[in-house]
This record gives sequence, C-alpha cells and structure tokens, in this order.
Amino acid sequence: MASTSTAPAAPAEPRVNRLGLPILEYRGGKTTLCAGCGHNAISERILEAYFDLGIPPEQVAKFSGIGCSSKSPAYFLGRSHAFNGVHGRMPAVATGALLANRTLHGVGVSGDGDTASIGMGQFVHLMRRNLPLVYVIEDNGVYGLTKGQFSATADPGSVLKGGAVADLPAIDTCALAIQLGAGFVARSFSGDKKQLSALLHAAIAHGGTALLDVISPCVTFNDHQGSTKSFAYVKAHDEPLQELSFVPALEEITLDHEPGTTAEVTLHDGSRLRLRKLEAGYDPRQRAAAVARLMGAQAAGEVLTGLLFVDPLAPTLVDRLGLPPEPLATLPPERVRPPRAVLDAINASLR
Amino acid sequence: MAPAVNDFSLQVATVNGSGSQSSNSVLLRALFQMGIPVSGKNLFPSNIAGLPTWYTIRASRDGWVARKKELDLLVAMNGETAAEDVAALRPGTPVVYDAPLGLDQGRADLGWYPVPFDALVAPLAPDAKLRKLLRNMVYVGTLSRLLELELPEVELAIGRVFDGKPKAVALNVAAARAGFEHAGAFTRPPGLAARRMDATRGKIIVDGNAAAAHGALFGGVTVLAWYPITPSSSLAEALIADLAAHRRGPDGTPSYAVVQAEDELSAIGMVLGAGWAGARAMTATSGPGISLMGELAGLGAYAEIPAVVWDVQRVGPSTGLPTRTQQADLLSTAFLSHGDTGHPLLLPGSVEECFTFGHQAFDLAERLQTPVFVLSDLDLGMNQWMAEPFRYPEAPMDRGKVLGRADLERLGGFARYADVDGDGIGWRTLPGTDHPRAAYFTRGSGHDERAGYSEKGEVYEKNMLRLARKLDGARALLPEPVATGAGAEVGVVAFGSSDPAVRESRAQLAAERGLAVDYLRVRAWPFAAAVRDFVAAHQRVYVVEQNRDGQLAGLLRLELAAPLAGRLRSLARSDGLPLDARTVTDAVLAHEEA
Repeated sequence: MASTSTAPAAPAEPRVNRLGLPILEYRGGKTTLCAGCGHNAISERILEAYFDLGIPPEQVAKFSGIGCSSKSPAYFLGRSHAFNGVHGRMPAVATGALLANRTLHGVGVSGDGDTASIGMGQFVHLMRRNLPLVYVIEDNGVYGLTKGQFSATADPGSVLKGGAVADLPAIDTCALAIQLGAGFVARSFSGDKKQLSALLHAAIAHGGTALLDVISPCVTFNDHQGSTKSFAYVKAHDEPLQELSFVPALEEITLDHEPGTTAEVTLHDGSRLRLRKLEAGYDPRQRAAAVARLMGAQAAGEVLTGLLFVDPLAPTLVDRLGLPPEPLATLPPERVRPPRAVLDAINASLR
Repeated sequence: MAPAVNDFSLQVATVNGSGSQSSNSVLLRALFQMGIPVSGKNLFPSNIAGLPTWYTIRASRDGWVARKKELDLLVAMNGETAAEDVAALRPGTPVVYDAPLGLDQGRADLGWYPVPFDALVAPLAPDAKLRKLLRNMVYVGTLSRLLELELPEVELAIGRVFDGKPKAVALNVAAARAGFEHAGAFTRPPGLAARRMDATRGKIIVDGNAAAAHGALFGGVTVLAWYPITPSSSLAEALIADLAAHRRGPDGTPSYAVVQAEDELSAIGMVLGAGWAGARAMTATSGPGISLMGELAGLGAYAEIPAVVWDVQRVGPSTGLPTRTQQADLLSTAFLSHGDTGHPLLLPGSVEECFTFGHQAFDLAERLQTPVFVLSDLDLGMNQWMAEPFRYPEAPMDRGKVLGRADLERLGGFARYADVDGDGIGWRTLPGTDHPRAAYFTRGSGHDERAGYSEKGEVYEKNMLRLARKLDGARALLPEPVATGAGAEVGVVAFGSSDPAVRESRAQLAAERGLAVDYLRVRAWPFAAAVRDFVAAHQRVYVVEQNRDGQLAGLLRLELAAPLAGRLRSLARSDGLPLDARTVTDAVLAHEEA
C-alpha cells in the first residue's frame, strides 16, 4: 500500500438506511443450505430490500413451511419474528398472524413442493383473499431435503439425475395466481440480481399478496443437463418482459425514455415500479393476456420473467374485513369484552 | 311409569324442512313460560329436506332434562314413518295424527286423535307453501287443548319465536287456534296435563353452541377461523352474529376478524398464526375436522402457541352419523398429533359451562401457551336446554406471560423456552414488539431454550420433560371436578352431556333400590387430584360415557395406579341418541345385582 500516513485509516462508516441501521442488522444466521444454492441469493435480496426501504426489522414477520426453502428465513432478518410451520400450511399461519396484527410486514418463503403439491389448497385460497403478504416461492422443481424427487413445477420431459423423466404437466403457480385474482404476480431468477431486487422492493411496497416465483436452481439435485431448472437452462431461456427499476416513494424521477417504451406502476405506499418494455405490447394489467402469454411461454420452453400481472388497487383481505388500524391482538379489554349490559340483554332475549 | 301432570315426554314425527322447528320451539317455550321444567331434543337426518325427523319435548316437574326413553304422546305427521312410530308406543299412548293417514285402523290400544291439517289451514292462507308450514302450528293448538297448555302462553310463545314479524305471528296464532278449536271435540287423554308451576323463574333457554359463542364473545375473541361442519357450524355462526352485534365501534369498525377457511387445516393454521401474534383466536369443528387438524395441533403444542378449539362431537368413526351425538373424541383429542403430544381438554356439562368455558378457555390457552380443546357434543350443542342466566366474567382476562419492550429493556433479552418460573411455562414476545432482542424463531423442529434449531438429544429431552411438567401443572389451573354425595360405597364418574342422565339415574337408584351412589363429574383433562381421591374413596366406580370403548375410563386407567384402576367399571355405550337415565340405572344394577 502506497501510503505516507503512519496512522491506520479510520474504518469507513458502514452504510446505514434511513433508520440509521447498518445492513448487518438485517442479516440472519449463517446459512446451512448447500454452497451455491439459489436460495441464499434470494435471502440476500430479501434482506437488502427491507434494508433499502428502511423498514424496522421488528416490524417484519417471516413465515415458511417445510423444505430447503422454508429453512431460509433463519438466514435473513434475525431481528424479525419468524414462524416456521408445517409442510404446505404457511399461508394459513401467515393469514392468522397478519389479521391479528395488520401492522406487520409479512414475508412468506415457500418452495415448489411446499406450495404446488402439499400446500396447493392453501396457496390458491391465499391468492383469492389477497392477504397483504410477500409470498416468495423458491422454485427449483425438486424436493431437496428428501434428496431429489420431482416436484409439481418440474417441466414435462425434464430429467432427474438418476434418469427419471417428468411426465406430467407442470403447474404454473404464476398463471394460477393471476387466474385466481392475485394483485401482484412476478417471476424471476435467483441469478438475476437486478430484476429480483426490483421485484422484491415492489412486492414489499405492494398492498396485497405479492407472489414472486423465483427460479432458484438446486445445485445438488437439479442443476444438470436435462433439467429445466438449472442455472445454464434458465440463463439460456430467460425471456425478461421488462427491464425493471424501483423508485421509492418521494423520490423524483426523470423521464428519459422513448414514449411508449416505459410504463410506471404506482404501488400502495406511493413508490413506483418503472418498466422498460422489452416485449412490445405486453401489458401487465391484462389478466387474461398475461395467462395466455404464460401458457405460450411454457409451450415454447421459455422462462418468462418480470412483472407478469399487477393490480395495485385490488382490495385486500384487511380492507374487506374493515380491520381497525391497530393490531387486534393487543386491543385493550374494554374493546373486546362487551359491557355487562350486553350480557343482560342476551340473557333477557333467552328468557 | 305412567305419565302424570307435568311429567311427560311428547314426540313430533315429521319430515325435515317442513318448518316444524318453529312449532316445537313454541311448545317448548309455552311449557317453560308456565314454569314447567322442559328440555327439547331434535333427532334429525343428515339431509336438507324430506327425510324423517323427530323432535322430543320432555316436561319434568322434578327438573329432569335428560332424554326419556318412553313416549307419553306422539304427533304423527310423517306417513313414511308413522307405522313404525306407532308400533313402538306403549298401550294407552295418545296419538295426534294427520287424519288422511288413517292410522286408527291399526292398533286398538292407543288413543287416536285425528286432525285434518290441510282442511284446517285451507282457509288461513292462499299460498300452498305457507299452508304447509302452518300445518305444524295446528298441532301446537291441538296439544294446547289436549294437555291444558294455556293458549295465551302459546300465543305469547308464537310472538317470541316469530319475533318482529306481525304477519307471521297473526297467521300462526290463527293456525294454533284452529287446532285448538278442532280439539274441542276430543276427550282429553287421562292423566296427561300441564299445570302452571314455578320452577323456571329467571331461567333462560338456549343451546350449547349459542352459549359457547356468547362465552367467546365475552372472552374477547378477536380472530375466528372456521370451516362448516355439523354439528359445530351453528357455534361459529352464532359467534359471527354476536360479533357483528356487539363488537363494532361507534363508526362500525370491528374489533375482530372472521375467516371462513378452505378446510380445517387452514382454520387451525390461521388460529395458530393469530395466537402466535397475540390474538385470542379460536375455531369450532367436529370429529372429522379434529382429525384433519392433527399435524398443526401438534405444532401448536410443541411450539407453545395459545389456541382455542371447540369440538362439538358427533358420531364417528369417519363420516359416521353426522347428526347424532357421541363422546368419542376424548382420546383422539387429548393426544392429537404424532409424538408425545398432549392437549388440555375442557369438558362442559351444561350450557352454563359452555358459556363459562367459552371465555375461560382463552385465559387457559394464554396462561398455558398451548391449544386448549373444548369438547362439547351435538346433544349439548344443538339441543335446547334450560339454564341459569349467564354470569358476567368478573375476573380480568389472563393474557399469560408476555414480555413487552420495557421488560426486554430491563432484562436485556430473553430465552423463549426457558423455565424461569419453575412451572414449565416460558415467556414469549409478540411479533412487532419494538425491541431488537424481541424476536425469536418459532418452529416445529427441535429447539433449544432460545428457540434455536437443535437436534441434540439432551436438549430435546429436557424440553420434552418441561412440556410434560407444563401439562402436569395444568391440573391445578383447569376447572375442578364437581362431586355430589359422599360416603357411598359406589361411585359414578362421567363428563359432558352425560350429566343429566347420571343425575336422574342416581335418583332412580335411590328411590327404586335404595342404592346410594356418589357422583363425580370431571370437567377437564389432565385430571385434578380430586379425581384420584374420588376413586380411592369408593369400592366400585362406574365410568359412564357415550362411546363404545370407554375412553374416559381409559384416560383414568392411564393415570391411576394398579389397585385403584381395578376399581373402575366401564359403562360405555353409544347408539347416537342422547343418554337416558334408565340406561344408566339398568347398567349399574346389572353390575351391582349380578
């Protein structure tokens, strides 16, 4: 080091967010997933997003089911409460918790087995209800913890390490979610840092359920030739619909695009998602067209990524229930135990 | 025993969907208003309309409200079952029947009272559908005359049942009067009569599901997640109505959330999520739902999350007899889920207890940080019972051990599953608590005191032993058993809706055989110490319950040492009908006089 100073340089102040917290405060435990697992990259993007948005980690609640994906909440946001439930039942647990305390920022992490097989019933009903929740599927087409069986998102014709070939139609969780009325549906790739980051920021800013199906290759059981969920395959077949950038609320943006090539989606909290269209004519507000495009992509072997569908104003479950602004969980007794006169009236009505 | 004044059981045989429920409610209420103790039981099919239904009303001047086997009067409205219904009657039983059925051509030893229902309602309403409903109010008027049930009380009861609908009240009063007038030509059945007395003053009439809902309302429930299933649906629906009526702020803002879930797995999952986040959350279900909830119930117990689950039991196994009653979920619920799992059970034996347990269950679930199961049944939950008025919960809510921000600042942190108080119950924090050390990681996998993942054998075992201590400690917190009588050689132990039959049976045994029997009604599991003491104080202890296998006796044997367990005699039986006293009496005598 060419330095003339004899005193060591003061260590650089770590970057802090608007709460004055360094990113360290958004980290979790050390991952126990395989080195190179796509899930670890997703954990990084998640914690960065909450850091960037300046959301207090104590205001975040993490939910998951069972599987490799569902372990990952232990590896980000260590200062947030977490609920690692049972296989396929994350949506119900998250629903109860977020109704009990609507002020929490909920993030659920599930896998393709956890969501598209054992948890399909809860998944589809969560999409219908539009609970405010970021729902990340870490999708690798394979059961990792039980050592490499196909999941229901495996594309027909894809091959397992041992030679087994998937012969059933793949379930497209995004197409399903759009058809069921979800308000924010996106697909991304754990290896696409920029796109995934923008989508996660937007998902957190969205008011209802934000489904992110993130192709996240399993380096141990499904990253070989013949797999359609391998790094190589996804890189070769990724068809991004847009180039995405997230603009936080209150931040001015300058328009420097050609008319017709860029669109903006204003999200629940006033922030915006800018979409520079890579596919002319794709409008993520058209529900039926989005489903059709996804089905076409599946037939063509494309991995269609980006913001597939958005309806920022769709009423959420919290809206429909008309919940009060403060958590139900901690309402004072006088608001949840009716007065004696009410019981007197009930008794009188039964005489 | 011959029927007598204010001591009879009458049955209306009809088809479901014909509107007879309103008529039967009027009969029940009219007797009640005359101060006569009554109970009403609906025996209905798993069907919406057109299948046979029987409604039985018992009047008992002595206050017995269990099902009575013998019928003292039949109203035969259903041609399909009439022959069978009539064949079962004792000689001399009066039968009010739809005249065109021509039943009097059969047995000559019955009292026949033909009523031309269609002809009587014809002038009352032009609409055929309405006339069909009014037919049933005609038999109310006929019975009013035959039983000397005061007509003004019948008309008052019609006003109550058709509350706020003057046109319906007028039509039904007219139908009842038509039936009353028609009966003027009849000779009254000998000995059978209703006479005004004063045994219902101040009392209420209610079903157990509504009582449970009222209890939950005053228990401060904030999240209800449920999936429809007979016979628990009316509990959830009564609670929804209660919440809408009594739990909205001045601007209409609710202090609750209700979700009709996609299945019972989701319902219990939502309840656990809400309980984890600090809400008083509950669900109501029946046996098939309990079976589905198994995995999440185990998670709730192992991760230590408060929850309240009502199981309004029906006849199993499998779909079983969905509209009949049973007490056969005791074992499957006490140990619901795989592994060494145990759940506190509350066993209400009256509608009053459905109310009190309805709010106390939340205190217990939050104190014990675990799912608490309340086992009602179809008889208790869906039938009409006299009761003392519900008593306002005087004790403040017990929200259990929860650390807030100030606590964490003082303590510097906490270990979620550490037994700092020696009672096996740790301290928890709620998500959203504004302190950097508030969070912990809830999981159903092995965990240490700080809720960290652990597969270490000694950590696992220590935690499991603590959970066992916690469940053991619940004995002192749960509702204590109710003992009646002392010093007899013979004891009876029962729970839940078996109570009315056992109480009446004790009176029968004393009056008919001079046999004194002490009685202990258990109200919770794990059992209080008094349960063991009761068994120890009696030479022979009959365990009465409504199932095949003697599940309560089984639970008792698990907890009692060998010599005491040998004193237990299981009197378990179930055919889906509510237990009656005579069955208990006969069973006890079969042993005692063998």
